Amino acid sequence: MRSGESSFTFSSMATPTRTGPPATTVRASFVVNDHDVEVEIDTRESLLDVLRERLELTGTKKGCDHGQCGACTVHLDGRRVVSCLTPAVQVNGCSVTTIEGVAGPDGELHPLQQAFVDHDALQCGYCTPGQVMSGLACIAEGHARDDSSVREYMSGNLCRCGAYTSIVAAVRSVADEAEG
Amino acid sequence: MRPFTYEAPDTVADALDALAAAGPGAKFLAGGTTLYDLMKLGVEVPPAVVDVHRLPELSQIDSNGPHELVFGAGARMADVAEDPVVARDYPALAESLAKAASQQLREMATVGGNLLQRTRCTYFRHGEPFACNKREPGSGCAAIGGLDRAHAVLGTSDACIATFPGDWPVALVAFDAQVDVLGPDGARTVALADLYREPGQRPDLETTLRPQELLLRIRVPATTIGRGSTYHKIRDRESYAFALASAAAAVALNADGTVADVRLGLGGVATRPWRAAEAEQTLVGRPLTAETARQAGEAAFAAASPGRENGFKIELGIRTVADALRIAGERATR
Repeated sequence: MRSGESSFTFSSMATPTRTGPPATTVRASFVVNDHDVEVEIDTRESLLDVLRERLELTGTKKGCDHGQCGACTVHLDGRRVVSCLTPAVQVNGCSVTTIEGVAGPDGELHPLQQAFVDHDALQCGYCTPGQVMSGLACIAEGHARDDSSVREYMSGNLCRCGAYTSIVAAVRSVADEAEG
Repeated sequence: MRPFTYEAPDTVADALDALAAAGPGAKFLAGGTTLYDLMKLGVEVPPAVVDVHRLPELSQIDSNGPHELVFGAGARMADVAEDPVVARDYPALAESLAKAASQQLREMATVGGNLLQRTRCTYFRHGEPFACNKREPGSGCAAIGGLDRAHAVLGTSDACIATFPGDWPVALVAFDAQVDVLGPDGARTVALADLYREPGQRPDLETTLRPQELLLRIRVPATTIGRGSTYHKIRDRESYAFALASAAAAVALNADGTVADVRLGLGGVATRPWRAAEAEQTLVGRPLTAETARQAGEAAFAAASPGRENGFKIELGIRTVADALRIAGERATR
């Protein structure tokens, strides 16, 4: 596509859109932890608020609500995102994975969750769901090959208890196992 | 947050139509990491947003062209940061993205939206009771004489000293990038250096974009100087912080070791992405040494004007420039 191409038109006719005419409420359909959900949402609602307040998925935590702490990290179409800065309307048609979707079907902990337990990678636990979601992405992205890379690519997840050393160890242990 | 209508058209043409139909104050929404954040704070109050986040027309990355690199405005920062050609041939561009924000935010934010990221000035973000000419033109500036440690020392005015917070635009301005935009009056191309305004008496006017124009793509002229480049960023902590001072430096050396060409952009210290042309001129034809690099840094900050608590940025900025030139010079000789 080059600038000035004639495909750009400015018709006065309303054109069909994915979500219908402009509205302040939108019926959104998306997948959460392999379950289809459909929910009528106010355009102001964040994905975080929809998960917690509408879908009762309270594992995802609200820390700062401004994208600064990482407690609300989830996976959106395979990318880690902060759900507090994700307008829920943008998730229409997407797939979301939260901390509730990480454990096995019978509730056995995911290896990274187990590693957090084994390495004492938490104290109060409030940041832990976000840390685990970020850690899973960090490993999948290939950013967990050494400690300094883990520190850099986990820097968006704050831990006010200061469990960072153990969090790095937990992420590294699972990354090492995955790579054999 | 004020109520707003939402639309997600499927094409660029439909998005432009939708924005025009939505009327005054409507905004394009991309990754949301600036706009939605500021809507939560009540600083941005668009009555309508048109989502361009997933338009396929805006998502392309082409780093293999013989003449230019092309980044669709909707490409994610994380994806461009890890593009292997960009990382190899233009490390300053890759590093400017990798050192920005956190990986979550880089996965969300777009390289086009990043150009329009708004200042982190606390008085701008947090509203009443603090005056802010950027937020409320004519109301005054609480940062001048206030808590100004993070504020700019270059390009300031008596109406605004807010720092431009971005990294990627600082690297782009050093490489003479251009942006293609499209609006109701058609398409045009703007040099990135001309996209930004200094605050002057109208700090609310931050760019030269016209109403309803949409950023389509960023184009960077291909250049071999890219290999000898770095984005050097100094922060209060090692990761996930805005720059106190940063420098995008690119160097090409002659066979005799003198500087053939040099590019220098500054971040964290200025009201807009800052090209330090005077500093570049001090280096051309001279050997790149600790002394000449330091002199270039001094030239870059010759016009700096410190406030109450940000005077440290001048010495820090000079050293950041000197260190960036050293790193770029080492890469240029490899």
